[in-house]
Amino acid sequence: MLEATDITVTFGRHRVLDRAAVTVSPGEVVGLAGPSGCGKSTLARVLALLLRPSGGRVVLDGQPVHRWRHRAPRRTAVGLIFQQPRLAVDPRFTLLDVITEPLRANRRPLTRAHELAEELGLTPELHSRRPHEVSDGQLQRACVARALALEPRYLICDEMTTMLDASTQAHLVARIEAYRERTGAGVLAVSHDIELLERWSGGNVRELAPTLPIKEAAPATGERSSA
Amino acid sequence: MAAPKTRWRARPETSGRVTGWPARRHRLALGTLAVLVAAVVLVPLFARLDQQLVDLPSSGLAPSWAHPFGTDEVGRDVLLRSIYGLRVSLLVGLTAAVAGVLIGGLVGLAAGTAGGGVDRLLMRIVDGFNALPHLLFGIFIVALFSPSAIAVIVSVAVTHWTTAARIVRSEVLSLRGRPFVDAAISGGSSRARIVRRHFLPNLAPHLLLAAVLMIPHAIWHETALSFLGLGLPAHLASLGNMINDGQRSLLAGDWWSSLFPGLLILLPTLAISALAQHLRDRSSPRHRSESAL
Repeated sequence: MLEATDITVTFGRHRVLDRAAVTVSPGEVVGLAGPSGCGKSTLARVLALLLRPSGGRVVLDGQPVHRWRHRAPRRTAVGLIFQQPRLAVDPRFTLLDVITEPLRANRRPLTRAHELAEELGLTPELHSRRPHEVSDGQLQRACVARALALEPRYLICDEMTTMLDASTQAHLVARIEAYRERTGAGVLAVSHDIELLERWSGGNVRELAPTLPIKEAAPATGERSSA
Repeated sequence: MAAPKTRWRARPETSGRVTGWPARRHRLALGTLAVLVAAVVLVPLFARLDQQLVDLPSSGLAPSWAHPFGTDEVGRDVLLRSIYGLRVSLLVGLTAAVAGVLIGGLVGLAAGTAGGGVDRLLMRIVDGFNALPHLLFGIFIVALFSPSAIAVIVSVAVTHWTTAARIVRSEVLSLRGRPFVDAAISGGSSRARIVRRHFLPNLAPHLLLAAVLMIPHAIWHETALSFLGLGLPAHLASLGNMINDGQRSLLAGDWWSSLFPGLLILLPTLAISALAQHLRDRSSPRHRSESAL
């Protein structure tokens, strides 16, 4: 189980997340909704063990997390798919480099990259293209393939389908659903599109409220009863 | 009524190369550098320069077919000495620039990658070096050694690595915060791997540009130190020594003794600057593919 409780994040004097909480169990899809600027992506980065929170705790499969980024325990147990594929890919890499990067870093067979590329609908002529030579949708497919390459136990999709057309959205969500069903991974889907989250998670949606100024701050996360 | 057919202007056929003044400028720069490098490599093979030779009957001769750049106050051929001087200047400039960028690059990379206390300490050292007037500091370093090319190289490298350090550090700090680096960390890449796969390839154009821009600056420093009598030994042909010698002849009307060595400083400086601008324009993969359309 990937569990975050009382997560508070401050940047200088600005509190961007105040006592937020969310839990993702293996095999479960949890939707995390909220308006722009309420700290969804910040919470996603904390859960992906990339950002040390100012307060609160993260527990990964029963073990409290004390180290972050490079030194995080079981670093590859949590995968993250970013909102903007253009920023999430090194502009010098080809699409195949993007997908093979985690495999190379962990000395895994590279054949998996070709399988993933095929699953995600990236044809061989796209493999050698650089990010500026493909569309946002094609690039996000490569990012999803990269995130799935190491078969993480938990997958965080941070506004993964924003700015993509409906058919690409449906295809990517279907691939992640297929992965979840095959491996039993937990998925946290972050979006401001409640309709998408309701459909994807079967109504299992938490809403993150905007953080109030420090004096008026109240617990920011509440469970939304839906469906 | 049928809508009139829109006629789109046909896209002009291109050969896939950059055209116009930018292309001509960098070709001109490359051509100029090629000629200068060929001269400093080939001429000494055919015409040996006796650095100690004095030929007083031929002193102060104006440019002619026999001496295209004229002769100096002790009868030495200015063209031959200029080519030998340029060889020294290019060697000093290139070596000092590479050394300065290497030192600065390593310091900037360490500061930007480590962050925290290491970053603060290294940047205070950079500030300390920057606070010193660099020409005076360079003179101090040269004064510690006997006049030689090595002393000039050390002097220029030690006083000019800070620019590269600042460039590399700021670029590393910018790269560290990019989502693609977060994605690499999330995928289990180690710090060393991120430095090797993401930082260094993205830093390479900046380092190359810093080195290229430092070459003419280093040549100017070699010239300045030699002009002040602190660079290479006075009898050795270097562009700075020649301009220093030539200033005495100016009052006698012998303009060629300092003009031609001065032009030989200007030419590689302009050519290298044009080449640096071209490299900067071509360093982005997006720009590279767009310019090939």
